Amino acid sequence: MTKHTVSFRLNGKPTEIEIDPRTLLVHALREVVGITGTHIGCETSHCGVCTVDVDGESMKSCTVLAVQVAGKDVVTVEGLADEQGLHAVQAAFIEEHGLQCGFCTPGMLMRAYRFLQENPDPTEEEVRWGLSGNLCRCTGYQNIVKAVITAGKNLREAN
Amino acid sequence: MIAKHFNYFAPGSIPEALDLLRKFGNDAKLLAGGHSLLPMMKMRFAEPVHLIDMQNIAELKGISVRDDVISIGAMTSENNILRHEPLAELCPLLMEATKWIADPQVRNKGTIGGDIAHGDPANDQPAVMLALDATFHIVGEKGKRIVAANDFFLGTYLTDLSAGEILARIEISKQAGARQWGFRKLKRKTGDFATAACAVSLNVNGDVCSDVRIALTNLGPTAFRARKAEWVLEGHKPTPERLNAAVQLAMQSTEPAADQRGNEEYKTAMAGEMLHRALQDAIARK
Repeated sequence: MTKHTVSFRLNGKPTEIEIDPRTLLVHALREVVGITGTHIGCETSHCGVCTVDVDGESMKSCTVLAVQVAGKDVVTVEGLADEQGLHAVQAAFIEEHGLQCGFCTPGMLMRAYRFLQENPDPTEEEVRWGLSGNLCRCTGYQNIVKAVITAGKNLREAN
Repeated sequence: MIAKHFNYFAPGSIPEALDLLRKFGNDAKLLAGGHSLLPMMKMRFAEPVHLIDMQNIAELKGISVRDDVISIGAMTSENNILRHEPLAELCPLLMEATKWIADPQVRNKGTIGGDIAHGDPANDQPAVMLALDATFHIVGEKGKRIVAANDFFLGTYLTDLSAGEILARIEISKQAGARQWGFRKLKRKTGDFATAACAVSLNVNGDVCSDVRIALTNLGPTAFRARKAEWVLEGHKPTPERLNAAVQLAMQSTEPAADQRGNEEYKTAMAGEMLHRALQDAIARK
């Protein structure tokens, strides 16, 4: 099979990879680029631990081919913090104990990051609905909901 | 998790995509949102030799409202339907049903056209399309044709679409979109396919029902209209006795497959319950 050269922006930086068409975006990120925050928790597109941002929308990178992101803007958990420090969603997950094993956390953070742009001042019910594509085995979700609400509040106050 | 190797193409226009389909025949599959096809490929249930990605074909995306028609490009994502504010008023049944499909990430990729063309009896849009008398606009080598939702779903994963054709857009009349409606879906958890679901649209004028459409999801080899249930209401007052009769007739028309969501008896009973609630919702929405 012919390899494809795929150019895209990854966490703000121009990136070029050479891959088989069948390579999933999650494998391209972890194994070709070598950034391993994005995890894999299932093979049926349910768990959302592979969630990344593609052109401003949350996507499960296990169900997107890497060739499909040619020319697009991809953000992973490694791209959330900047020179000023942690992003508000990262800080709030620490503050509210929104993680334990940390395996779902990158996907949760990427979904929370985008969800709070879609809905900056969500109710608890809206947070649960908005993060329903992300499974967690440790927290029971309660502290994740608190973290997202806290992050939303901090983001609104910062703006 | 690992799909079999395939060749990948991303044409920029419908004619280019049709050329590729002509060249590769049954060895090719169209890739829309990829949230049914890629999961099947990752399990090796599907092993297409060539994938034709439709994501760069702009004319297949977007929603337009003109005269009496709502026209939705087949490659419009489920979330882009939800983000289209005028549809909340123009076609509330479609909006409500779309909210109950999968989860936010999946709705960013999954398209209305893919949902319909997949032909899975568990998908939600087929019954919604039946309840709204939608028409499907199909392009192929021989030109364009229009098929009613009624004539489209032929069997499990089997539709009227043939190998060289592309479902380009879906049309719903504003009149159908404006009917009183009900949508009820029983499921084990958010993101699951329905154990039983139904989409209803009808008008009640002067206490009499007209244009009654009752469509059921995951209760047979395809989404289907419960015709006898429609007939028992059409032209009559929606009295409790009539509604019960419609529910009983709809339950007689189900052929559910037993699986982890329940056996035939349970699914049929739940079909009746969902339909009863959806009909009451529709009548109350006058």
